[in-house]
This record gives sequence, C-alpha cells and structure tokens, in this order.
Amino acid sequence: MTARIGVVTFPGSLDDRDTQRAIRLAGAEPVVLWHKDKDLKQVDAVVLPGGFSYGDYLRAGAISRFSPVMDTVVDQAKSGLPVLGICNGFQVLTEAHLLPGAMLGNDHRHFICRDQKLRVENAATAWTSDYTEGQEIHIPLKNMDGRYVADTYTLDLLEAEGRVAFRYLDVNPNGSLRDIAGVTNEAGNVVGLMPHPEHATEPLIGTGRTDGLPFFTSILKKLVNA
Amino acid sequence: MSRTPLDTVEHAAATPDVELPWAELGLKKDEYERVVEILGRRPTGAELAMYSVMWSEHCSYKSSKVHLRQFGEKAPESDALLVGIGENAGVVDVGQGYAVTFKVESHNHPSYVEPYQGAATGVGGIVRDIIAMGARPVAVVDPLRFGAADHPDTRRVLPGVVAGIGGYGNCLGLPNIGGEVVFDSCYQGNPLVNAGAIGVMRHEDIHLAKASGAGNKVILYGARTGGDGIGGASILASETFDDAKPSKRPAVQVGDPFQEKLLIECTLEAFREKLVVGIQDLGAAGLSCATSELASNGSGGMRVVLDDVPLRDSTLSPEEILMSESQERMCAVVEPGKVDRFLEICAKWDVIATVIGEVTDGDRLEIYWHGGKIVDVDPRTVAHDGPVYERPYARPEWQDALQADDANKLPRPETSEELKDQVLRLVASPNQASKKWITQQYDHFVQGNTVLAQPEDAGMIRIDEQSGLGVAIATDGNGRYAKLDPYHGAQLALAEAYRNVATTGAKPLAVSDCLNFGSPEDPAVMWQFAEAVRGLADGCLQLGTPVTGGNVSLYNQTGEAAIHPTPVVAVLGVIDDVARRTPAAFREEGQLLYLLGDTREEFGGSAWSQVVHDHLGGLPPAVDLERERLLADILISASRDGMIDAAHDLSDGGLVQAVVESALLGGKGARLIVPDGLDAFTFLFSESAGRAIVAVPRSEEVRFTDMCGARGLPATRIGVVDGDAVEVQGEFSLPLERLRTAHEETIPALLA
Repeated sequence: MTARIGVVTFPGSLDDRDTQRAIRLAGAEPVVLWHKDKDLKQVDAVVLPGGFSYGDYLRAGAISRFSPVMDTVVDQAKSGLPVLGICNGFQVLTEAHLLPGAMLGNDHRHFICRDQKLRVENAATAWTSDYTEGQEIHIPLKNMDGRYVADTYTLDLLEAEGRVAFRYLDVNPNGSLRDIAGVTNEAGNVVGLMPHPEHATEPLIGTGRTDGLPFFTSILKKLVNA
Repeated sequence: MSRTPLDTVEHAAATPDVELPWAELGLKKDEYERVVEILGRRPTGAELAMYSVMWSEHCSYKSSKVHLRQFGEKAPESDALLVGIGENAGVVDVGQGYAVTFKVESHNHPSYVEPYQGAATGVGGIVRDIIAMGARPVAVVDPLRFGAADHPDTRRVLPGVVAGIGGYGNCLGLPNIGGEVVFDSCYQGNPLVNAGAIGVMRHEDIHLAKASGAGNKVILYGARTGGDGIGGASILASETFDDAKPSKRPAVQVGDPFQEKLLIECTLEAFREKLVVGIQDLGAAGLSCATSELASNGSGGMRVVLDDVPLRDSTLSPEEILMSESQERMCAVVEPGKVDRFLEICAKWDVIATVIGEVTDGDRLEIYWHGGKIVDVDPRTVAHDGPVYERPYARPEWQDALQADDANKLPRPETSEELKDQVLRLVASPNQASKKWITQQYDHFVQGNTVLAQPEDAGMIRIDEQSGLGVAIATDGNGRYAKLDPYHGAQLALAEAYRNVATTGAKPLAVSDCLNFGSPEDPAVMWQFAEAVRGLADGCLQLGTPVTGGNVSLYNQTGEAAIHPTPVVAVLGVIDDVARRTPAAFREEGQLLYLLGDTREEFGGSAWSQVVHDHLGGLPPAVDLERERLLADILISASRDGMIDAAHDLSDGGLVQAVVESALLGGKGARLIVPDGLDAFTFLFSESAGRAIVAVPRSEEVRFTDMCGARGLPATRIGVVDGDAVEVQGEFSLPLERLRTAHEETIPALLA
C-alpha cells in the first residue's frame, strides 16, 4: 500500500504540480485538492504548495487562509493530520495560526532565487524523519516575502521546544530572525519552511541535488508504517 | 448640458466636413486620406481609433514589411515548421508528438517611461501570445540592453526593469532560463527590453487566431477594460522621444500577473475540453486588433456590441474602449453550444467572461454602441492592408571611416603583467561581469523541468518526463558588431545563438528575432535595418533554420542619436534526452581542454577594444556559417556519445572570458598553454566566430579528436582542468578567488 498525499491548488499556486511530482517520485500517490472544496478526499496528509496565491495581494497567504479548504485543513491538522507548507504554503500556515510567527518582505527588498544551504534542526517531525539532526542540506529558495519574524517570547519558546526545524547556513537570504528557515508545531505534524524541497528531487533538474526528497519519503514511511 | 451626437456610421456619412484628430492619433495626412478612400466617407471616431492604432508602425510593420518578406522568400526547407510567420507565434515540431511555440518581442519604449510596469507587461504580452497558440508557457528569457552601467539613469531603469520582469514572471510560475544584459551608452535614452517565451503543446492542440462559423460567439475574458495604455500603440511605440512633449506615462499599461496566471489556467482548461474555435490575445491596439485580426483571418464577418465589454471605468468612450491596452484580456470564438461550459470554466477560475458579439456570414466588422453602428469596415483593411512604405535607405557616409578605424592596430599589452591586468579588467567589466545579482531575482526552478539556466550558454527545459525530450533556447545580439557591419552583425547574432544551443547538446531548429533599430525615417538607419534583415534571412537559409516570427522595434532613438542596430536572435533547439546535455562548468580535474575552430586576429567590435580602449571600429569577426554548422554537429555528436563533460561557446571576451566563466561555475581551475602559431594576447582575447572550448575526459580523447579530424574541424589541445587558478603558462596565474571577486562584485557595486 502507499499513502495518498493531497496538494491544494489555490488561485495563483505555482509549485502545485511540482509538488505532485515530488510525491510521486517518493513513491506516494498525489491527490489534487481545490481551494473551493472543503472535501479533502480522505488523504493521509496535505501539502500547501508554493506560489503567489491571490497574487500575494494584501499580504502573502492572507486571503488563501480563508479558503473553504483551509477550514478542513485547520480542523484536521489539530487532530493530527500531517501538513507541510512550502513557501507560500508556509505563509498560509502562519496566517491560519497553525504555525507561529509571520513573514515579512525580504530585508533587501528583492525577490531572491538561490541554492540555499540549511541545517536540519529537528529530525523528529512527520516530514523530517529521514534526515538526521544537524544534517546540512541544499534546497532551492525563491521568494519575495521570506523574512520570518516573531516576538522574542515566541522565538525563545520555539528554540526551547526544538521547534525550529530548519536554519539558514552561510547566508541568511532574507533577514529572518535567528536564521529561521522553517518551524514545526508542538505535535510535529505541521511543518512550514520557505525553501522548496520539491525542487530538489531529481539529479538532472534545477540544482541537480536531491536533498529535498527525504521530506516526501519521511511522510510516506510514517503513513505506511502507521 | 449639451450632448454631442453619437458618431455613428450614418452620422459620419451625413457630416463629411467634420474634422477628426487624425494627426494627434499618429496618422499621416496621406494615411488618413486612404482611410477616407477605403470607406468612401469620413471614418467615425471609433473607426479612426481602430485604423490609427492598427496602422501604427508597431502594429502594421509599415516601414519594415518590404524587407521582412525575405524571411518567407528565403525560408529554408524545414520539416520542423508547423506554423510560420503571421500568427501570434511560430510553432515547431520537436518530435514525439510535441510542438513548441516561441517568440521574442520588444517592450522598449514603455520600459524607459515606466521601467517596472513596462517590463512586467512585456512579459505578460509575450506569454499571452504563447497561450493563444494553444500552448502551456514553460519558460521565459529576457534579452536586455541599458545605457552605461555607471550612468545615474541606469540605476533608475535597470532595477525597475529587473524587478518588473521578476515580479510578473515569478508570479506566473514561469522559470526564467536565459537572456542577456548588455550595457552601452548608445542605449542611454532607449533601453531595449526584449522578452521571449516558450510554450509546449501536442500537435493536435495548435490553435489559430481566426473567427469562423457564422453564429459562433465572441467571448472577451480576463480583466475589465480600463483607461490604461490608450493610444499606446500609436503614440508610444511609433514616435521618437522628444523632451518637449508631455509625459507619456498614462500610455503605459499596468500589469496584474495574478490575473494572467488565472487566464493561463482557464484558457488551457478550455483548450483541453476542445471548446475554442479561434483565439486571440489582446495586446497592442487591444480590442481593435483582436476583433479585426480574428475577423479578417476567418471566413466570415463579425458583429460586436461594445456596451457588453466589462469596464473598470464607466466613463470610457467607445473609441477609448477600442484602443485600450488594458492587460490580461483574451478573446475566444466559441460555438454556441459550448458557450455555457466555457463560461463555467472561467467562473471556476474567477475570471470574468462576457459574450460581446458573434461571427456573421458577411464580410464586415460591425461594432455597435448604445444601439448605433459606430464601426462598419472590411476587417482586412484594418488588420492587413495598412500602408506599406518603401523608405529610402542609404549606406551612411561615416561607415567607411568607421570600418577603416581598425581595432587590430590598437596598442596591445606588452608584458605578462599588462596581459594579466587586462584579463582582470575584462572579466570585471560590466558587460563581461557576472549577472547573478540580476538573474537571482528571477525564479529558475518553478515547474520543475529546468535542466540549464543562465549563465549557461542556452537555457534548457525538459518537456517529457518519461523520454527526457527537451528544448533549448539562446538569445544573442551584438550591437557593436552590427554597427560595424549590419549584414554580418546580424549573421553573427544568429551564429552565436545557434552555437550556444549546440554547445548544450541540442540541435538548432528554428529562429525568432527582435529587430531593434532607430528611426526608419533616417536613411542610414533604414540601410542598417535592410542589411541586417538581408543578413539574417541569408544566414537562416544557409543554416537551415527558418524564421518563425518575431518583432520589429523602430524609433529607438533620442533626437538624432540612434541606438546601435541591434538585431536580437533567438534560436530554439531540441535534445532527445536532457540527460545528455552538456553544461559549461569544469567539473573534473584532469580533463583535457580543447579549442575547436580557428583563431585569427579579430578585434573589431571586441569586448577587449571596448574595455581597454573604449574603441569601436574596424570589421567584426568573419562569418563562416558552414563552419558553424560543422562545429554544431560535432558538439551535438560529442554530447550524445558522452565524449565531452563541459563545453562553452567563445564569443564576446574571447577564450579567456569563457575559461574564467567555466572555471568559476565549476570551482575548478585551468592550466592553459598558448598553442603554436598564436601569441598569448590573440589566443586569449580574439573574438573569432565559430569556436568553442570543450573539456574531454582522458578516456575519450582519442575518440573525440578522431571525430574532429575525420570531419575537418580544427581541435587544438590548449590545457587541462586543474587546480584553483587560471594559469597561462609562461604568462600569469590568477587565483579563482581573485577572479571570482573581480567577476562577481561589479554589478552589485553599481546597482545594489
């Protein structure tokens, strides 16, 4: 058996089909989910993909968070449904308060696309178990509003609870506080990050690295072994 | 409150003496008289609006048409060409049932007036051309030219243009995989912002811009129509900038990439369900263009009710609605029985769609407003029978003196130290420096099919995940070469783009071009244009790569000063399996470096002559297209058979520029030996065409050199991939880190 992993398409989602491909490459079955449908089609996990949903107008993720599909995602995430938010998906998760903090415009005020070095800080979440803690990986990053911010209390709490999942190494590409690239919720089922693991899954494509594939194999193993 | 009567066709016939503002709308007196002659009466205001925009230089190609015909007349035999010049974009067969459409267009004038929106809407327009052919857009490229890198206005224009391209293209989810950035003071008041796009479809999905089948409905969908870009086509794109005139900002359109993304998805969904008979995007000249082109390309006429056009501004006049260049709009012709489903798909994507008319069995384009008929024309006279000018042209008097000012006689470096110093100056010069600060503002990865992207020689996209079938695209143009000799300059642009595609392992198939020149009313400029077109047409015939379409941008001049003639050529190629692509980076120490082709003392128009002597004179490098073809064949065979691990084309900056780029990309140095018969300076800086460097694994050396020998391509061993410096034996050694600093810090220092 394999796992069924849903990928939500919002208007303006861009990396939705790329995420479906990554899920397929990992051996799971991608399921297309539409933002206007509350029905999650009984998937075992959900990915909110990257892009510019609603053009990032108003504020990145601020409008998508009110989509019908998000009502169900928020409900089920609270009862353990694994959810991964990539880039715009991470922004939607913070707007929906499934993850703490918020994203501001990059400090240099430019869009940035680069092969980004990261350290895996938490290899115990639903989406990171195929990594080892402290592992250094390269994942493409591409965003306009990627500066992670939160108040000091929240940042300290995240650090204390091991909920900083990924940190930028060598270069902080957007001015994120404490070099935070990704975080998880307390239960470890909801993870969000700015870099795009789905773009590091094939040796020939993009940067030619496959450092992003473990996101999708991690969740597959968890679901199949469950 | 008095109210002027609606200027209907009847009213126009009854009031022949009413003066219309044809001159303000950009028409010449004889052109206006021709409109009157065609109609047999004075035009209505709405008809005048349509003729004025459609007969503008930008839309009618009235100055360039007589020359552009050569692209058809001299077209080489090609099995690959599925749709040629005249449609929204050309279409090429790339095998396995796939067809690829691609095109390059200019958005030069708007980008100078308003850099961000000008560049953004340039991307939007070219992408709609691709969708209108039935294809999913898969990549964009942006050939850009700006004034001097250190000029204060470049700091205004360039960051805005780059942010606009990124802001729009990134939001559409299109990887930006190639293009160029060139600085030259000749572009100071006339930056060139060209935008190219590629789309992929199955053969059976090709769509054309024609309205057929009486009773079929005309549906306008996408953004509401507003007051932006009115008269843009006629006034903006067809006149020389002049400081004395009022600001043209209101004629630049404003882009909404989110709306365009929805338009892409909903159009592709309608195509998948076979709901569309004909389709046209709304670009320059807006509804005037879309309705007249759809009607004139189809079998019948068309009736449109302008009151049904959804508006952003309810005060717009019918003339303004017809001329508006509001972005993100398309027009589809749909059978009555399929209209409901089409509207349903638009609603799913939250796209506004409205039936605004229908195809008739007549041969007239009729447009109604408030119940009155305000347009009644033969659509062909609007769309296709615009004026054609045989503009006078003459080789400029200064051309001889320019060519006699031989760059080969410039003082050359006399010591190794000077040679080294000039290498550093070259790789750090704005034109030769790394453009990473610019390209990292573009998404290269989205869609997950990018195999190669800038700074590689060509961008490469996988189009079939199973078979690995892919396409490559390169755009090139060298205004300095073309200024010295426009005929050969155009051929050198073609040769370089062709070579760049082959360098990555792809087989060149077809050409699109964007021809950027000064004012056609200047006989010297017109001569440059005529020569460049002739050179390009001859070159395409010889290389077997047909021109599938393109764009002409004239009036790129401020006062008397025209830009360098700048034909930008895009070559599209195909590769059976992207796993066989050849990147530019040196990856393995110990691999042997070979120089392919002949190196001569050719410095006319070279980067060296510009950087070291601020000089432009002499003749550009000699063109040998048969040699280009042989070189391409060798590069493609070597890539397919795994004989080479890296390859890089030699062009501006010569061999040393290519070696430094490949070394920095791979983080591996090179030890070079000056071959017999060449001096170190010529070896490093000459810009002889028809050359490339390749890195050959030792195990493949014999097989590779045997192949070159058997086919008569000179292959000279010039060194080895090794160490962490670029060393020229007996001359100098430059550590990679020093080269990297020189190469990568220039652009951020100027622009960041």
